[in-house]
Amino acid sequence: MTNLTDLGIAAIREGVAEGTFTATEVAGAFNAAVAEAQDALNAFIVTTPEAALAAAAKVDADRAAGKPLGKMAGVPIGMKDLFATKGVQTTAASKILEGFKPEYESTVSSKLWDAGAGMLGKLNLDQFAMGSSNETSAFGNVISPWRRPGDTAPLAPGGSSGGSSAAIAARIVAAATGTDTGGSIRQPAAFTGISGIKPTYGRCSRWGIVAFASSLDQAGPMARDVRDCAIMLEAMAGFDPKDSTSLDMPVPAWEAGLSDDLRGLKVGIPREYRLDGMDADVAKSWEDGIAWLKDAGAQIVDVSLPHTKYALPTYYIIAPAEASSNLARYDGVRYGLRELPEGAGLQDMYAATRAAGFGPEVKRRILIGTYVLSAGFYDAYYTQAQKVRTLISHDFTNAFTQCDVILAPTAPSAAFALGEKSADPLEMYLNDVFSVPASLAGLPAMSVPGGLDRNGLPLGLQLIGRPFDEQGVLNAGLAIERRAGFTARPAKWW
Amino acid sequence: MSVDTATVAKIASLARIKVTEGELEAMVPELNGILAWVEQLGQVDVTGIEPMTAVIPNKQRLRDDVANADPLTGGGIRDAVLANAPAPEHGFFGVPKVIE
Repeated sequence: MTNLTDLGIAAIREGVAEGTFTATEVAGAFNAAVAEAQDALNAFIVTTPEAALAAAAKVDADRAAGKPLGKMAGVPIGMKDLFATKGVQTTAASKILEGFKPEYESTVSSKLWDAGAGMLGKLNLDQFAMGSSNETSAFGNVISPWRRPGDTAPLAPGGSSGGSSAAIAARIVAAATGTDTGGSIRQPAAFTGISGIKPTYGRCSRWGIVAFASSLDQAGPMARDVRDCAIMLEAMAGFDPKDSTSLDMPVPAWEAGLSDDLRGLKVGIPREYRLDGMDADVAKSWEDGIAWLKDAGAQIVDVSLPHTKYALPTYYIIAPAEASSNLARYDGVRYGLRELPEGAGLQDMYAATRAAGFGPEVKRRILIGTYVLSAGFYDAYYTQAQKVRTLISHDFTNAFTQCDVILAPTAPSAAFALGEKSADPLEMYLNDVFSVPASLAGLPAMSVPGGLDRNGLPLGLQLIGRPFDEQGVLNAGLAIERRAGFTARPAKWW
Repeated sequence: MSVDTATVAKIASLARIKVTEGELEAMVPELNGILAWVEQLGQVDVTGIEPMTAVIPNKQRLRDDVANADPLTGGGIRDAVLANAPAPEHGFFGVPKVIE
């Protein structure tokens, strides 16, 4: 019998629909895999085996009754702990929300349950999604299932969706949700040899997702291959009147539209992404990607995104500014932690609660954000950054007059070891250099595996598309996937 | 522009985050490193460029003027609203005394 945890979304859905196995059997197999890996990988903050079994029982009952099954019927997934889940602790990996059990369900998670998916648990992440290595969680580091050969040093699974990426790569979930503010779906996908897509800003409702930087935050699927991403994105996307920036557009049939025939497609290679001193393996993987897309029939064109070097500093003004405003809600009054020192008044309680509840990186970003928004500095920092953001967006608009989709590396290197970059915040921020520009412009962008580096660790290739053209991004990703022949998996050591 | 200990203390106070002297000392060089790096945005010529307000063109919607059209965001759910409050009292959010 097939090892059920080796199956992804499409294979599980098909096997359940055809009666090859039951959803309950699948949920049981994944629950066991989650339990076995939890101590070693720390991918989950809480596990919910009973929720996975209950969802599976419903799918099995619906099938027995001859009812139509949803797009994700019988598929057990992990839910990033940034999505509010009714009655199940939701923390954003912060002490300030420890014990918080939402009274409501996020729109995206509701849609996934309606589509027949089941929840294995809430996945660990960087605290408030602020980080690139999953080292800022208040609930401990996530350990990547990948290791360098002959070395047991723990590697970063990427961030902020590090629990999601580690769990998928370790085959303990069939797929997982992610959120992407500056690369938090794509960079962890690249680090762990999986696929993930951030759709156009507004495709997935932000209602019920713990807010970080609202003009950038966007949910998306992370899965083992491109087709699974297409299936899951269809289940997650759609107009929601409860999110003021939700796109009121129909959800395309992305899965049915998948094709790796790229004849007539123009793929842009942005010259500014060729950094001095670029990692040789990353450069090689990029060249391979170009060759694969040519083989699929695409025409390669050079494009220019002149303001690329300003994207990261722009992001590190805008995202902290929005975060400082969004995180003002954690005050010890309405939910979450309250620190009330003896004799303290209301203001002292706020300050004590926030000091005790937020981790160092969250505090750092709130302070930066508060500073750049403060009187006297607002125009020099924040308004200037928003103007540069317009220029970055114009760069993409101009590039897309010459090409249909852009190919670039996802991250400047393969996964680094835990602790290697956490001492210097700036060095960690530089990890987002290739992923942040598409976020600032709200564009759909995806990472797919693009080979292994000299240490046998995965590298990601990134595809960036025009607004609303998730299909173009998915199809180019599929063309790479079919030619890269990426079958590497981490050896099981847990 | 760079910040000193007094400025960081003021920002922390505005952000309502209590910081110790030791934390302040550590934060000054960190924040200055980040601020010096973002300074490079000043080099960009933004003459005639409007600041970004919406990354994907969209229009503001108004909901129908109907009470509780969506039960999830409507009223009449006091107990649910208070369910996670650290110190609810008599159906209200409890806070330390604010009037002397």
